[in-house]
Parts: sequence; C-alpha cells; structure tokens
Amino acid sequence: MKIGATHIEDTFAEAFPMRFARLIVTAADDHWLDMACREATGFATSVIGCDAEAGVEQLLSPDATPDGRPGAALLFFGFSSEPLGKALLARAGQCLLPCATTAVYDGLPDAEKRVPLGSHLRYFGDGYQKSKVIAGVRYWRIPVMDGEFLVEENAGVGEGVGGGNLILQGETQAQALAAARRAAEAIAELPGVIAPFPGGVVRAGSKVGSRYKQLSASTNDPYCPTLAGHVETKLHPAANCSYELVIDGITEAAIAHAMAGAVHAAAGELPAITAGNYGGKLGKFHFRLREVLGDSRSGE
Amino acid sequence: MSAIRLTLKEQPGVPLETEVLSPDALADLAHDEIRSLPVQLGKRRRRLDDFFEIEGERSDEIEVHGDLSLLKWIGRGMSRGRLTIHGNVGMHLGAYMTGGSIEVHGDAGDWVGAEMGDGLISVHGNAGGQIGAAYRGSPTGMRGGTIVIDGSTGLEVGMRMKKGTIVIGDTAKDFAGLQMKGGNIVLLAGAELRTGAWMIRGTIISLKPIAMLPTFRLARSYNPEFLRLYARFLSGLGITLPCAADEGRYDLYSGDVSVPGKGEIFVWQPAEAAASR
Repeated sequence: MKIGATHIEDTFAEAFPMRFARLIVTAADDHWLDMACREATGFATSVIGCDAEAGVEQLLSPDATPDGRPGAALLFFGFSSEPLGKALLARAGQCLLPCATTAVYDGLPDAEKRVPLGSHLRYFGDGYQKSKVIAGVRYWRIPVMDGEFLVEENAGVGEGVGGGNLILQGETQAQALAAARRAAEAIAELPGVIAPFPGGVVRAGSKVGSRYKQLSASTNDPYCPTLAGHVETKLHPAANCSYELVIDGITEAAIAHAMAGAVHAAAGELPAITAGNYGGKLGKFHFRLREVLGDSRSGE
Repeated sequence: MSAIRLTLKEQPGVPLETEVLSPDALADLAHDEIRSLPVQLGKRRRRLDDFFEIEGERSDEIEVHGDLSLLKWIGRGMSRGRLTIHGNVGMHLGAYMTGGSIEVHGDAGDWVGAEMGDGLISVHGNAGGQIGAAYRGSPTGMRGGTIVIDGSTGLEVGMRMKKGTIVIGDTAKDFAGLQMKGGNIVLLAGAELRTGAWMIRGTIISLKPIAMLPTFRLARSYNPEFLRLYARFLSGLGITLPCAADEGRYDLYSGDVSVPGKGEIFVWQPAEAAASR
C-alpha cells in the first residue's frame, strides 16, 4: 500500500490495556492554564521511567468548563489504578495546587472506579480546608495565598489503551522531522488521545530488554540509522532517519482514528511508515496499519 | 399516566393533617382507595374525600387546588414524584422529604422542608419561619436537597441545617442560619438581624448588605471559585448569582466566633460599591 511516495508497511502496532484518568484544569487565563498543563504533564513520557504517561487531550473553552474559565482536559495513563492514583495525587499536589489560580475537576464523572484527589490534598489546608457539595459532587476548598484551591473530591479511572505507535522513516532528518511534526499536530487535534512524548514525537524509540541486566528497555537498534552496518536494520533502504509517535487513548477506536490521521498527515514524501510490535505476544491490541487506514487488502 | 387532581371543597374549621397528600401514598392506589385515605381533623379521623374532590388514580404526579392554609404535613417524607399546589399551603410542607419535587403557586407556612434529606421545594410566594430547620429538640435540620422561596420568609431559616441549599428571594427575618452546621443559604435580598448567629459551619451568601453580628470578622474581599460552580448550579433553578470579577466581589466574614465556628458569610459588593470603598 502506498500513500503518495510513502510505502505503508503491512504490519501492526502492538498496544496494551492501561488505566487512565481525565482531569479538567481551569485557570484565570490562558497563560496560567498553559503553566498548569505543562507542569502537570511534565516528566510523563513513558511508564518505563515515569509515574504516568500524560498529556493535554484538548483545550476547553470557558463554556465547556465547570467554572466558566479557560480550561484543558489532561489525560494520565498508568498500568493500574493504584500507581495512577498516586501519580495523580503527586501531580495535582505538586504541580496544580501551587500554580496560580488553578482549579481541578474530574473529567470522568461516570467512572465507577475512583481514586482520591481532593480528599487527600485537603490536608494541605491544615484544618482550615472546607468542603462543598454542589449538585451531588463534593469539592474541597483549600486556602492558599491567592485565595482558594478548588479541587474535586476524587477522580474517575477508566480502562484505556496505551502504546499505539507509528514509525516514520525519512530520507533526511529534516524530512522525517517535518512529517513527524505534522503527524503529532494531527493527533493533538483529536479527542480521546495523547502523544505523551516531547512534542508528541520520540527519537529514542525502545525495544524490550537490554544487554545490561539493570535495564528493562534499550534503544530500538533496528531503527537507528547509525547502526545499520552493525545490526539487521528494519529501516527502508532509502531512509536515513526515523521518528516514532506513541499514542495513548481512551478507547481502541480513538487510537485507530488517531493513527490513521497521523499517517495521512505524515505520508507523501517519506519512503516508509511502519509500526512497532513484539510479534503480537505481549500486547492485547493490534492495530494493523492497513486496517486503520481502511485498506481492504490489509493482511493479504 | 395523568396527574391525580384534588380540589379542596371548603376550608376545614381547624387544622387538617394531610400527610397522605404525597406521591408515595397515592401513586399505587385506585381512585376509591385514594378517596378513603384517612386524614386527621383535630382529634377526629376523617376520609380524604370529605374535604376534596378527587380525579384520577395511580400517578406519582399530584395537583392540589384550593386554599390549603390549614392543611399540615403535605408531602411529608415523600421520596419521589411531583406535587404541585395551586394556592396557599400550611405548615410542615415537605418535612422529612427525601426526593421528588414540590411546587407551590402561593404562600407556604412555617417549617417548609424541615429536616428534609433530598428533593426540591419551590414556593413562588412567601413562606413562614424555620425553613429547612431542625425541629425543637432535634440536633440537625435539613440534610440535603434544595428549597427555593421566591418571596420573603420568617425567622430561623435553615436553623441547624447540615447540607443542602436554601434560596430566599426576598428578605428573611431574624436569625437566618441560626446554629447552622453546613450547607448553603442564599439571600437574594438580604436579611434582617442576627444572620448566622452561632453558626458552626456552612455558607451564607447575601447579595444585599446585611447587619453583621460583632462576632463575625471581615476576612478579605475576593471572588471564590466555588461560587462559579454554585452559580452554574443555581442557574438551573433560574437563579442568578454574580461571580465574575468585573461585576464585583464578595466580602468574606468568618464566624460565629462566639461558638467558635468556621462558618462564612459572603456579602456581595457590586463593582461600583467595591471601588468606592
């Protein structure tokens, strides 16, 4: 299958079940909202080394937020509810509570599984905290130096999918980078997904394991152009650079939709687009590139 | 399923206790069963149809017409359905209710929604005292739900209430929020004296200046974020609560320190008033 000059490999991305939380963060204006989002989703690229994978799902206009201020929906992914809950508490407590003017609300009100949020953060109020139940939802008002930090009692946890991916291969770094950026921007426009790496793009794609026992993951050598003479390369013969996009989503369909959008945004001049997998042995979800692109010849 | 319609034939000479006028009591009954329900006239037991023309059956929507000023306990403990009253209504309307809604197109007596747990009561006229309050000797008043009185009210609104919301459209008399333990009282037109006396917790919001007890301390003026959520909740009831910084800000008073309490009274200062201080 080809899109323009780009060969779409007949392979699949292998993804895993993950738990996710969705927080709605608001602030007095766009500047402080941006600060809050950057802090809360920082150091959250991969659960290989971070407590969560996180990103901005979408910006929300004032009429779409609980308090009528500018807001953003942030997605946080973890392998299970307990560590995800700890990550949420740490990030809300250390990044959002100190950030000027912010308030934090749950973005999954219908989720049955709940993890503590304001119910734990309230202790920062040292006994001066107050709660309010509004329309059946409990909020905590924690006194801070610019007024009050308003945070919802708890946050819902849903079952999502982590690890959807694409590997874009370019003739030059500039070509691959431009395509990766287009793909990341296409993903950023879509609801229900995040691309948690810097700018949505990974240059340090990884494989499972390492020759060093202490490492659980190491560089994805088949896609490193400088190793083409040392290892069995998986790069297209015309490719001299590759970038990966990792996508976490709230549903399988959201990831498939995002992968398709990213491929269409990136393809054209690139020699090839492929996806990473582990032979189908590790991940429950397999996103065949040609299927997500709607090609009926997929798998032939 | 059409509504059950009851029309009062004539005013009783003494108060009539009619807690059977509730969707819980009527919803599953046939017409004859409704007619024979007992009501208490003074010390005498009578039938419901001694006092009402009754139409309809088996519905959790009830309409009551007439001057019900001497009828007590309508909607007592109701948990579901809708009760609409066209006329004035007597004491204890919706006391102990846990769900459903009551709407009164007229005035209501004392103890509206006393010790209620949930549900919505709307009175489009005036109401008496002790709205959402705890009965004498009882430690806790309203525990949830919403009461909206469009007009004025009597004494001790929200006395010892713990949760829920009371909104008063016109002036409330003395001791609004007396011994309040939680929840919210919104005074759209202010209140008379001793508002929040002995309040331990809870929030009183007044959109008009009120006489503050000396046992309340002015903290600062600001625009609380939670009021934005609250304003959105109240807008669903047709009530406008200002909260934008360019419209003004709220003076926060903490008290009642004589208890001592962690209650709070927010008094709205429109932008022009705040600027002139």
